[in-house]
Amino acid sequence: MDSEQRVLERPWWRFSFWQVGARIAHGSHVQKWGDRVFYNATRFLAIFIIILSGLLVLELVQDSWEAIQKFGLGFLVGTTWDPVAEVFGTLPTIVGTIAKCVIALTLAIPISLGSAIFLALYAPRWIRDPLSYLVELLAAIPSIVFGLWGLFVLVPIVRTLQIWLKSHFGWFPLFKGPAVYGVGVLAAGIMLAIMITPIITAVSRDLIRAVPRSQMEAMLALGATRWEAVWKAVLPYARTGLIGAIVLGLGRAIGETMAVTLVGGNAFKLMTSLFDPVHSMASQIASEFTEATYSLYVSSLIYVGLVLFGITVILSLLAQFLIWRLSRGRIGILE
Amino acid sequence: MSAETSLRDHRRKILDRTSVFGMALCTALTVFVLLVILGYVIYRGASYISWGFLTSLPTPVGEGGGGIANALVGSLLVVAVASMMAIPIGVGAAIYLSEFQSGWLGRSVRFLADVLIGVPSIVVGLFAYALVVQPMKDFSAFSGSVAYAFIMIPIILITTQEALRLVPTSLREAALALGTPRWRMILSIVLPTARRALLTGLLLAVARALGEAAPMLFTAFGNPFWNTNLAKPMATVPLVIYRYAVAPYDDWHNQAWAAAFVLILVVLVVNVLTRLAFRSRVDD
Repeated sequence: MDSEQRVLERPWWRFSFWQVGARIAHGSHVQKWGDRVFYNATRFLAIFIIILSGLLVLELVQDSWEAIQKFGLGFLVGTTWDPVAEVFGTLPTIVGTIAKCVIALTLAIPISLGSAIFLALYAPRWIRDPLSYLVELLAAIPSIVFGLWGLFVLVPIVRTLQIWLKSHFGWFPLFKGPAVYGVGVLAAGIMLAIMITPIITAVSRDLIRAVPRSQMEAMLALGATRWEAVWKAVLPYARTGLIGAIVLGLGRAIGETMAVTLVGGNAFKLMTSLFDPVHSMASQIASEFTEATYSLYVSSLIYVGLVLFGITVILSLLAQFLIWRLSRGRIGILE
Repeated sequence: MSAETSLRDHRRKILDRTSVFGMALCTALTVFVLLVILGYVIYRGASYISWGFLTSLPTPVGEGGGGIANALVGSLLVVAVASMMAIPIGVGAAIYLSEFQSGWLGRSVRFLADVLIGVPSIVVGLFAYALVVQPMKDFSAFSGSVAYAFIMIPIILITTQEALRLVPTSLREAALALGTPRWRMILSIVLPTARRALLTGLLLAVARALGEAAPMLFTAFGNPFWNTNLAKPMATVPLVIYRYAVAPYDDWHNQAWAAAFVLILVVLVVNVLTRLAFRSRVDD
């Protein structure tokens, strides 16, 4: 009562926002009324989020309807993107997106699982905390900054790598393209790998740490080395969740826009080599949308967005299901 | 012990050692890449940035000088308007989810938030375009705010819910036992108790929005001139970085680095702040 009295006797300018409300409703006759209003207001806001999500789907479908009607599902396997002839099909961008993500995952999975195991089980506390923090910081860097760095630092490195690969492994079909651009599937894949590593690392680290200690201790007691205990007890135990973490990373990689737009090369063509500059779905939308001059063109780009949306939603549902099944609770995906 | 087993044991030991080494190497590589990127952005940005860069308007190519004053103000404006929309919705819904018997509605909202957080920002941009730009028939800063708000809402919702979960039930019970109405208990006991974690979540959401360029491409659109009218196209910092990066002029590239430096600085400051907030809460 005493502290409440003090609060209520403060001049108005010393009230923070929540105390202003408290002051207005001082007095018991408004209590029931206040509760009801407050309950319904917050409930409405919760419902509003559902409405917003519905609206998102509705707007995407509505605005891509023209293209959906004209091209149907054939849009997904069409290989022509010709704004002049008004024919649109998006197979090459889907292939480009998949290729970039495959490279990204191939590089990111071993590195992030390795780091996650190291951070969760091996590193002493004084190393673990700062390193975990740095890894999480990597996840906070805006994608456009990654893109800028990628364009001016990574791309020249990749160009050198391309020339080297071509001269030593030029017989390999995926290395057959022109090794002159630097920008392309390979550069975008490496860029994406750098961007999703921290996410996969952070989530898997938490998952591995959530594995009961006894699992590992039992193996160690039987005479296993630490590595054997990790490989045969800890990882199988966390397997479902780890796959979830990887799927989560994949979801990010597929929707990643700015960095891929800057280093991916952005040509509409069915890739035949890892050196080809190729659009991904997101980069095509980003680079062509403001140039789309008539409604079917815009509609086709939104159709690409709708496909992208569908894929990421499915992936994120899958990731959540897998992670949840293991952890039975919340793992800090956000942090 | 036969020679064969001891040889096998030897191999197992070697594998054990090398695996630790390999994993440490993975961690080192990840951290190394981070430091290289940060270091390079800071190096390039810090060597170009100046007070004039922050306070002057863009100039035409070749004229020299020029800055990002309009983009800085634009970013702040767009994000501020987005926050005004996103914070009440996110925090309010989170209160409903964690303070009331929200049942299936609460579960589905939380589920949706977890899905929305994974929606690519470019798709959010398309949504804002369809929702605001098309009816208004022009790109506008406001449509950019709508896109940012949509990105921020799930982040705010989830972090707020986590923050409210940290508030001890005994505090709520004590307040209710004194006859405090529920809504007042929430506003003057629960929220102030969780304020640090709450602010952390809000800051994270703001930092995330400040760095997003993709949804701005066809909403706020960018603008080389001074503009504070929300109904007109407006420059934002990430957009300027993008436009300058793809242009073929060295001077613009330098400016892109400097702008990226500003952006990184904001992100770093926010992250260090949130880190400190969490650390001191643990110490309490």
